[in-house]
Amino acid sequence: MAYFEHIAILIGIYTILTISLNLNIGFTGLINLGHAAFYGIGAYTSALLTMAGVPWFISFLCAGVVASIFGFLISVPCLRLRGDYLAIATLGFGEIIRAVMKNWVGLTRGPLGIPGIPKANILGMSFSDPIHFLILVAIIAAITLFIINRITKSPFGRVLRAIREDDVAAQALGKNLTYYKVCTVCVGAFFAGLAGSLYAHYITFIDPTTFTLQETILMVSMVVLGGMGSVSGSVLGAAIIVILPEPLRFLNMPSSIAAAMRQMIYALILILLMLYKPEGILGEKTFKIRRKSLWNPFKFLKGKLSGGT
Amino acid sequence: MEIVSQLIMNGIIAGGIYSLIALGLTMVYGILKFINFAHGETFMIGAYLAWTFNIGLGLPFWLSFILAMVGTGLLGFIIEKIGYKPLRNAPSWAPLIISIAISIFLQAFAIMVWGAQIKTFRTGEISQGIPVLGAIITPIQITILITSLALMLGLYFFIMKTKIGKAMRAVADNKDVAASIGINVNQTISIIFVIGSALAGAGGVLVGIEQNLTPMMGVPMTVKGFTAAIVGGIGNIWGAVLGGFAIGFIENIGIFFIPSGYKDAISFAVLLLMLIFRPRGIVGVKKEEEVRG
Repeated sequence: MAYFEHIAILIGIYTILTISLNLNIGFTGLINLGHAAFYGIGAYTSALLTMAGVPWFISFLCAGVVASIFGFLISVPCLRLRGDYLAIATLGFGEIIRAVMKNWVGLTRGPLGIPGIPKANILGMSFSDPIHFLILVAIIAAITLFIINRITKSPFGRVLRAIREDDVAAQALGKNLTYYKVCTVCVGAFFAGLAGSLYAHYITFIDPTTFTLQETILMVSMVVLGGMGSVSGSVLGAAIIVILPEPLRFLNMPSSIAAAMRQMIYALILILLMLYKPEGILGEKTFKIRRKSLWNPFKFLKGKLSGGT
Repeated sequence: MEIVSQLIMNGIIAGGIYSLIALGLTMVYGILKFINFAHGETFMIGAYLAWTFNIGLGLPFWLSFILAMVGTGLLGFIIEKIGYKPLRNAPSWAPLIISIAISIFLQAFAIMVWGAQIKTFRTGEISQGIPVLGAIITPIQITILITSLALMLGLYFFIMKTKIGKAMRAVADNKDVAASIGINVNQTISIIFVIGSALAGAGGVLVGIEQNLTPMMGVPMTVKGFTAAIVGGIGNIWGAVLGGFAIGFIENIGIFFIPSGYKDAISFAVLLLMLIFRPRGIVGVKKEEEVRG
């Protein structure tokens, strides 16, 4: 049971990461390969603040804000670059952040990592029980889902899609490309920072090896698998990619081989998807819930009332 | 003064290797307009192949070196045929993502075949360094420098003097016009991948004989090679050589001032600065809008 809770919590955390990355890659067409850096910044910010005595919820929000500030700093110069240049620039940014995590021993304890991070708690209510933490993660993932879904459905989101399809045309319509791109990166980084905080206070130990390029690739696979520009696809992608390599655990392989095997599976999925189904499982479709049937309990009266008058 | 000349010497040696990597990246970018992230892994596989032939099978080193270059050339050919050719007309993020996937695949492959632990070519005792202009360099480092310079010279003659080299320059200049005058573009692209990958493989072996082999050794190399390519002006073959040496210098002089743990971060920082302030490179003639979105 604890095992399934663990898997579910991981899916929740990766859902937040994937949706926020999808906002960059899928909706705006910004190939951001530094997402793990924002995740890591969030984790370290939150861990260090809580251990300095700041209540968890405050440091949780600070994690998002600090990651977002870094998102702003990196995006202002980088977003003037075209697609693949942006990819390598953000990759470079991610590696610099990781070098700082590894070498700024005074702050981050370097490769030793930070052990003993307290479990999350809000106003004395502790989430040390995995099932409670799972509920917390689910709520935050749902809020993320809701907010990013709203963003993509709004006029703002339409501009993002316009930028993805043809940035010159979007610019010709008078849209300030840099403003929109910076905003999406900041929002994406904010949620990645929140996810980092959740991760840090769940595992209670962080070190630089968690926030590598491989981690970003994992998130990219989730985005691509679920479908670029599909919010519900991101949830699906995160769930599939987390669950898929789990059976390998029962094969009793040495851990380094098992890790490599997992990487190989992710890589193969990405390669096959790119070659045969680049739009992912859901493409840009999202599950549509018919709002009226859900939100209007008096629907049955509607026809009668209007018919009566 | 001794330290300075030592750092410059180290910079030249590292620069030779970065140039080899940058050549492949810049040739591919010049034609296909995407960053081949799997390039660093080709480099890593080259090192491991040479290790297998030399230490594992006991072949002489020069033969292992050539076999490793042949092997990585073949790998480059296969990668291009399987991964990039079907995506020739896809949006630019598609080959980018597939190249990242291929690089992860090759890393995992290396871990599964050769194991995650460090491998080394070193068998005997550490050889004595030779003082050159106040700097100490080892015979291995001299081998590295001479080999990388010889390979670059070979590439120069290949590109400038042979018919295939001429076709490569034509395709790099303008794919469509080259096709219209009867140059087989696909074949030329394959040749470019083979040559670029073989050079990367050679770079891997050269790094491997001096340092240790790890499955992750290629990741910083992709970025360093690409930084070198950007510094020299992307698509510009001789610029890549210049950029490689520039990165070698900057990195080695840089660790004189900041902690050596940040060594890899230096080239990333150079990359970011170059992209922001001078994306067409030091000697590049590319138009600005090719880089800026």
